[in-house]
Amino acid sequence: MTTASPSPVYLDHAATTPLRPAARAAWLTAADQVGNPSSLHQPGRAARRLVEEAREQVALALGAEPAEVVFTAGGTEADNLAVIGTAWGRRSEDPARRRVLVSPIEHPAVLESADHLGQSGFEVVELAVGRDGRVDLERADRLLAFDPASLALVTCQAVNQETGAIQPVAELAALARRHGVPLHCDAVQAIGHGALAAGASPAPLLDQSDAPASLTASPAGPPSAVVAWTADLAALTVSGHKVGGPVGVGALLARRDLKLKPVLFGGGQERRVRSGTLPAALIAAFAVALTEQMATQAEQSRRLAQLAARLGRRLTDLGAVLVGPSDPAQRVCHIVNALFPGCEHDALLLSLDAAGLACSTGSACTAGVAQASPVLSALGYDPAQARSGLRFSLGWTTGPSDLDALDRALPEALARARAAGQRDWPSADAPRRPTTPATASPGWPAPPSTAAASPDPTGGRP
Amino acid sequence: MSRLIAALSGGVDSAVAAARMVEAGHQVTGVHLALSRHPAAQRTGARGCCSLEDANDARRVADVLGLPYYVWDFSQEFHDSVVTDFLAQYAAGRTPNPCLRCNELVKFAALLERALALGFDGLVTGHYARLRRRPDAVVELWRAVDQAKDQSYVLGVMTPEQLRHCHFPLGDSTKPQVRAEAARRGLTVADKPDSSDICFIPDGDTQGWLYDKLGRAPGAILDADGVVLGQHQGAFAYTIGQRRGLRLGRPAVDGRPRYVTAVDPVRATVTVGSRQDLRVDRLWAVHPLWCDPLGPGTAWAERGSPTPAEVDHERTTRPEADPGGTTQAEVDPDGTIAVEDGPAGGRESPNSRPHGPAHPTAPPPGPAFAAQVQLRAHGQPLPAQVRWLGPDLIAIELAQPAHGVAPGQTAVIYDGDRVLGSATIDRTGQDVALARA
Repeated sequence: MTTASPSPVYLDHAATTPLRPAARAAWLTAADQVGNPSSLHQPGRAARRLVEEAREQVALALGAEPAEVVFTAGGTEADNLAVIGTAWGRRSEDPARRRVLVSPIEHPAVLESADHLGQSGFEVVELAVGRDGRVDLERADRLLAFDPASLALVTCQAVNQETGAIQPVAELAALARRHGVPLHCDAVQAIGHGALAAGASPAPLLDQSDAPASLTASPAGPPSAVVAWTADLAALTVSGHKVGGPVGVGALLARRDLKLKPVLFGGGQERRVRSGTLPAALIAAFAVALTEQMATQAEQSRRLAQLAARLGRRLTDLGAVLVGPSDPAQRVCHIVNALFPGCEHDALLLSLDAAGLACSTGSACTAGVAQASPVLSALGYDPAQARSGLRFSLGWTTGPSDLDALDRALPEALARARAAGQRDWPSADAPRRPTTPATASPGWPAPPSTAAASPDPTGGRP
Repeated sequence: MSRLIAALSGGVDSAVAAARMVEAGHQVTGVHLALSRHPAAQRTGARGCCSLEDANDARRVADVLGLPYYVWDFSQEFHDSVVTDFLAQYAAGRTPNPCLRCNELVKFAALLERALALGFDGLVTGHYARLRRRPDAVVELWRAVDQAKDQSYVLGVMTPEQLRHCHFPLGDSTKPQVRAEAARRGLTVADKPDSSDICFIPDGDTQGWLYDKLGRAPGAILDADGVVLGQHQGAFAYTIGQRRGLRLGRPAVDGRPRYVTAVDPVRATVTVGSRQDLRVDRLWAVHPLWCDPLGPGTAWAERGSPTPAEVDHERTTRPEADPGGTTQAEVDPDGTIAVEDGPAGGRESPNSRPHGPAHPTAPPPGPAFAAQVQLRAHGQPLPAQVRWLGPDLIAIELAQPAHGVAPGQTAVIYDGDRVLGSATIDRTGQDVALARA
């Protein structure tokens, strides 16, 4: 059981997804390009051209303008820049802006940035989240309406990294705009999964002879709730390696008029707000991957929705409790998160890993320790429940055979994890970030709100 | 071939232990125990195995050996059963050994139980000790060949069932051999210094740590006649036998060093006296744990018959026949002591019986048997008579007095190089003759 099979079944695409061949080709080609994009000579101009063409591709894929694209070293840096940079930029314009509104289920890149602001004279106010993992709009409206002149920023992700819940970002953005507060959206988990609208239908890339036929399909997959780069949004984070590009590159879309203060200091290569030599090859590969991901998202979302539905049924049959919104329109189809009552998630992960199946405990880890999921804790799940969840995430390489392998391995892994049981840890696992309890006090198991009314064993999930 | 969990601390010993089991053909999975709730990012000095740097060292060992690697979080168990007990013992004026508690309640209890439940056959660690598997399935615990590194003392809390599932492949090796082997195998931890002191007190300042956790409770430092010689900031921070850090203004009348001879947190007094006042030859110890499933009765019953030495590890050289040979076979006439399997066979939570009897069916008080008793991790074995006074109490009569023995210390009982069991010292005393001397 300790020997992984030669080609592991990869069900952790939300952590990182395999490099797309087209992105790899673009990366390798550009890697030979000598020249600093900021240099004035011919090699420099050639490298700069790669960057600027990539910028145009990224803008096109997301419906933005090239000038709105700020390349960064990845999603984390883009989030830092958006949250910290916007807060300080707005405060420098008006010292009264000393509060930030944050959803409690953000990625640590956002939460820790907000914490940093909290330690630097800002007041951090949390949005309320329902048991289904979605931000409560009514309460968000009230929070925004309370002294909006003191708000520097509101930030809310497009899709939750653990539950797959699509956040009502469009509605929130409209509210924020009405109150005159800029909204930043971390869209890292949304790109190419139907939750983030594409820009104009992209023209096929010149070197894309091997691109799939569906490249030009119109984006209209199964989740219908869609986040788009509209005028209501001030900033939006995207990441390279979540869409099949390389690790180490990402971008922040930022409105021209958004006052950003830098969080890294140096040459100010990107819009005088982001410093560091631009990695032309990484950026070129990122643009290719993002374009391909956005162009194929309709077809991919339909395909993954079927696989996710099958996975959800299987998990439910095995006694697992699915987490997240039950309405398929309110969730992305590539993330399936399930609680396994009576199991520690790291025990399950170990057995599945030994069987050659890669999935995730869904939570951040310190030195490899699987911890209670802060997202599930924020949704009101108790510590034992928050340590019983596994996240399976599908992606562009996932096929039915992957789920077949999971079907075969799950029963034994479950039996072992149940035998090992759950430890009774009363107090120490209190949610790191206690939040307003969603609805009633959480029980075990937690039925999705619509499950009782629905005869569908998946609770109406896709 | 067994499926084993190798407990990888990030040090050289556990690395080589795991490597040897891999080489012997076992399927090994590496597990690093996260014992600290708030691990430091880096090791400071040579202490501890609980920093993120140590966890990373363990990961690199697993990489080199090609093992799957996981970190298991036992910080809660460690805090509840080791750190809390450590504080409570000190607060009561005792001197606990947290390594033994960790072995008893975390490593060979919580960790082993989890490994077994997850389908593994057992546990391999880098402890220097030998196991001998007898044909009757009893596993005996013996001292390591390298007497300087021997860690059988801290394993004296292991139960028969725990021993049955454990492998200590370093028991036949010396530390220099292990370091050389690590280097030969390309394990980068070959030169890593030995960890020392108490892992959860990273700066090694136990007294400061205790003040920090327990607060200050000032009181008087007295001599045996009750004369106040000085002040202290908390009696709990002193240990019987302690000589340094007393900060007494006046020298002793006889000009000799003074030692802590008694600690009384209730009256907030620390008593000091001469080295002679530290001498004890009677120990009463509670919470006995026996490594043999039948308790010590068989140990003396079987004396004289050669111990079958089916050795744990193929590479282990057989220890010489037991050199002891002094123990008398004294057993009840019917020769039976009704005892069932040790408690580890069950699924009891370690916390449910922190000080309960070692055996579900308590054996009756027995006659004394001769043994050797070791009172510290690197102490000398002392000849003694051990008498079983009740299910949870033994008396130890030392042939020669020992100095500076504190309640809370663990007495590990040996028969020559074989570990019979252990008990926690509760009280100490002097024989009348010794008191007069």
